[in-house]
Amino acid sequence: FVSVQFPGLADVSISQDIPVEGEITVPVGSHSPDEDYSTLDESVKDTIMRDLKAVGKKFVHVMYPRKSSALLRDWDLWGPLVLCVSLALMLQGGSADSKDDGGPQFAEVFVIIWFGAVVITLNSKLLGGTISFFQSLCVLGYCVMPLTVAMLVCRLVLLAGAGTVSFIIRLIVVGAMFAWSTLASTAFLADSQPPNRKALVVYPIFLFYFVISWMILTFTPQ
Amino acid sequence: MAAADDLKFQEFDDAANLLAANPDATTISIDEPLLAGQKKSAPFWTFDYYQTFFDVDTYQVLDRIKGSVFPVPGKNFVRLYIRSNPDLYGPFWICATLVFTIAVSGNLSNFFIHLGKPTYRYVPEFRKVSIAATTIYAYAWLVPLALWGFLMWRNSKVMNIVSYSFLEIVCVYGYSLFIYIPTAILWIIPQKVVRWVLVVFSLCVSGSVLVMTFWPAVRDDNRRIAVATVATILLLHALLAVGCLAYFFDAPELDIPAPIIPAHNGTTVITKSH
Repeated sequence: FVSVQFPGLADVSISQDIPVEGEITVPVGSHSPDEDYSTLDESVKDTIMRDLKAVGKKFVHVMYPRKSSALLRDWDLWGPLVLCVSLALMLQGGSADSKDDGGPQFAEVFVIIWFGAVVITLNSKLLGGTISFFQSLCVLGYCVMPLTVAMLVCRLVLLAGAGTVSFIIRLIVVGAMFAWSTLASTAFLADSQPPNRKALVVYPIFLFYFVISWMILTFTPQ
Repeated sequence: MAAADDLKFQEFDDAANLLAANPDATTISIDEPLLAGQKKSAPFWTFDYYQTFFDVDTYQVLDRIKGSVFPVPGKNFVRLYIRSNPDLYGPFWICATLVFTIAVSGNLSNFFIHLGKPTYRYVPEFRKVSIAATTIYAYAWLVPLALWGFLMWRNSKVMNIVSYSFLEIVCVYGYSLFIYIPTAILWIIPQKVVRWVLVVFSLCVSGSVLVMTFWPAVRDDNRRIAVATVATILLLHALLAVGCLAYFFDAPELDIPAPIIPAHNGTTVITKSH
């Protein structure tokens, strides 16, 4: 009869004449997110669905920006990657007589988005912000979503025609999405900044989304 | 009196003794005017070292921008605004804004100039952004580096009362470029006279900021070298402005409608009148 006692744990007794046997299966689905030892046993579909749900939840947060710490706490970079790649792909196929005069290449869009997000994050950290590096990248990347939607709308409008009316529609759509992106990211990031430097942190974000909006608005198809 | 003692200049020995007595105490280095830029307490490979260059509040940045746009004759920009605290925020983001402002304004201006021509098709000219970025950042960092090196060299020969650290020179150059941002936006107006008036005006404003900053640093030197230094500063600044105008903004054409001459192979030749 062996009795083991640890402070904080219940008294665990193992009796030698009771055989210890049974199945070791842990039910999946009701465990807390912090126990990751159990995720090895779950099916691949569950893993993917869990990550997809997390990404989807963040998209919803961007669409209806409320001060929520969930977006900041559980950061991931899948969403920004998907948005960046789709935006860069949609910006391809612009018209140009020579490569020098055309729109941005895939690599240029990629570099602008990721390098711009890194620079803005460094800027806010150097100014004394308390947000972590990847959390800030996550927020900035997810808030590109309205502009990706704007790009989609622009391409659809351009299918119908490229005249003045289509330009005005595109201008309004891109302008509205630009404002939405800036306001959404500011809503998430502004709280972590020192109060007398908020404008210094918000301005680069404004510039970042302005440049992306400019790339979207000036896209002309062949 | 205790108050008088508190107001006395702190000797270096006191600081060293205090530190020896309590090695773990955090040291706060107060930048003396003569040692500005040389006393950063953290080693350069830590994040905190670079954080000291971003120790500005919103109102300070706005004040510095205001000081670069409205130069007060006789007042030194560095002494007035920066002396204790050069920052890298202003130069970096003013240059970034200027890069995109020039690229976007140039694109818009070309669009409006060529609008309505039958053979014109709009192109975004995105490659020009990289060229603008290279030019402006090179100017904002390499020219201060060269100027700083030159001033250090002259300092070793002639004792100057006023000397600037590298960061202060970068700061002055960065903030002096701010006036070019509204200038670039106004360059969209396709009138040659308007553009050249803008060039002269912005050159005067930002040039005066630079001259008033650097004249005290070279005036004790040989007269010819001092004048040559200031002239070179102004010349490079003018070259930047004129170069940007020439490269990113197409020449506007006059309002007189140009006659269209049908050429032999079917393309129309429009005579340009400058």
